[in-house]
Amino acid sequence: MTRREAIAVGGAAVATATTAQAAGGAPEAPAPALVEVTLRVNGRAQPLRIDPRVTLLDALREHLHLTGTKKGCDHGQCGACTVTVEGRRINSCLSLAVMHDGDSIGTIEGLGRPGKLHPMQAAFVAHDGFQCGYCTPGQICSAVAMLDEIKAGIPSHVTADLMQVSFSDDEVRERMSGNICRCAAYPNIVAAIRDVQSAKS
Amino acid sequence: MKAFTYERATSPADAAAAVAATPGARFIAGGTNLLDLMKLRIETPGHLVDINHIGLDRIEVMADGRLRIGALVRNTDLAADKRVRRDYAVLSRALLAGASAQLRNKATTAGNLLQRTRCHYFYDATKPCNKRVPGSGCAALGGINRNLGVLGTSDQCIATHPSDMAVAMRALDASVETVAPDGTTRAIPIADFHLLPGTTPHIETALQPGELITGVVLPAPLGGRHVYRKVRDRASYAFAVVSVAAVVAPGGTRLAFGGLAPRPWRVEAAETQAERGGEAVAEVVLAGAKPTEQNRFKLPLVTRLLTSVLADS
Repeated sequence: MTRREAIAVGGAAVATATTAQAAGGAPEAPAPALVEVTLRVNGRAQPLRIDPRVTLLDALREHLHLTGTKKGCDHGQCGACTVTVEGRRINSCLSLAVMHDGDSIGTIEGLGRPGKLHPMQAAFVAHDGFQCGYCTPGQICSAVAMLDEIKAGIPSHVTADLMQVSFSDDEVRERMSGNICRCAAYPNIVAAIRDVQSAKS
Repeated sequence: MKAFTYERATSPADAAAAVAATPGARFIAGGTNLLDLMKLRIETPGHLVDINHIGLDRIEVMADGRLRIGALVRNTDLAADKRVRRDYAVLSRALLAGASAQLRNKATTAGNLLQRTRCHYFYDATKPCNKRVPGSGCAALGGINRNLGVLGTSDQCIATHPSDMAVAMRALDASVETVAPDGTTRAIPIADFHLLPGTTPHIETALQPGELITGVVLPAPLGGRHVYRKVRDRASYAFAVVSVAAVVAPGGTRLAFGGLAPRPWRVEAAETQAERGGEAVAEVVLAGAKPTEQNRFKLPLVTRLLTSVLADS
């Protein structure tokens, strides 16, 4: 049994327990009718029939089996679930898949692959921008979109003159504050991002 | 999450009518606060009306020089708008001091005004909370209340409004435009938009059932120096302990505060004291403050923050 299968079986046991509990307590509303949604994930149209409650994060992980995007807190506090929608980074745990019918979604799987890494992925490897690696897909998706935001002239809390936006380590730290790394690989994450920025400019 | 049905509205009037027609229905825009609360079953709508495709996503200068911000303009786009950065810097600064980039990319102008308090006891369904369950009591009064309110609170609720954006809008005297389910429109001054808790802390705004915010209007540019200064427990991505939005302009000084009260707090009578310095202003702003033992430190913090902001202006 793989680790993932073990987790799936464990999850089923929890689901059974919850159902049994619900039977003894207040009756739950019946599950709503499934809805049809098509997400464009990493350039490919993905039609789905899902419960409206399914978050964009769960649609990616549980329905499309793109498990690179991670579930950390599931409340928009940690950034592990960061993906891009129409090129902008968001927390996929705080959005419903049904709200993204027809939208273009970008995940870590679409950035690069073994043997053909995205420059940001290669820089994270070169600089040891991680230890356990759980926050890393979110960090990398966030960092790629963050450099686009600087390029587009979007200011941040630490931008001294709101009309003059430029790259600095302070800007990176502020703009990446929505991605938590409990291994505290922050200095190396900043170094990786700085490298990618220097190579671009 | 409790089960719900979902529909996409195509116009503001349709959206308001759809919510009015379905008991337990709610609007959903960015979703960054509503979905969080739905996962915890603090919010349990039976029907969601998605308003992301009804327009209201533009920022435009009106014929009389005022600036209209569509309800669905994202926080990132509002903060980055060149006119806002140039003429309403206090608003750009307040937005950029809040949340994370990912949340600002999704959160909307109207949703930010309507976000719920971050009081721990509102979030903790095992504890009484008059805002979550009217009449159940307030666990915060005798609990951990270091970051809760000192002004405008009641013996039933001491929660604060968490928005930074709304504090800047209060300093700017913004007005909130709405459409009702029957199609009538009105403008609500932001001073009257958020309600004090009194004996009904679960009623937080002047909005009627089904009434939809369509935009926020700022007065013509005021000029002067714009500052938003926020004191928080870490350097980024944290709610305010105390914040101040200041506009020091030829027409007078405007000061609004966050982190202190159930709504953005402004005392116009205090602003005439600005030339006498932070202590004189704070004395008027904080008159009637009812701090708890744990959050009494917010009072001298307001004085020091004001002294620093006025010295720099």
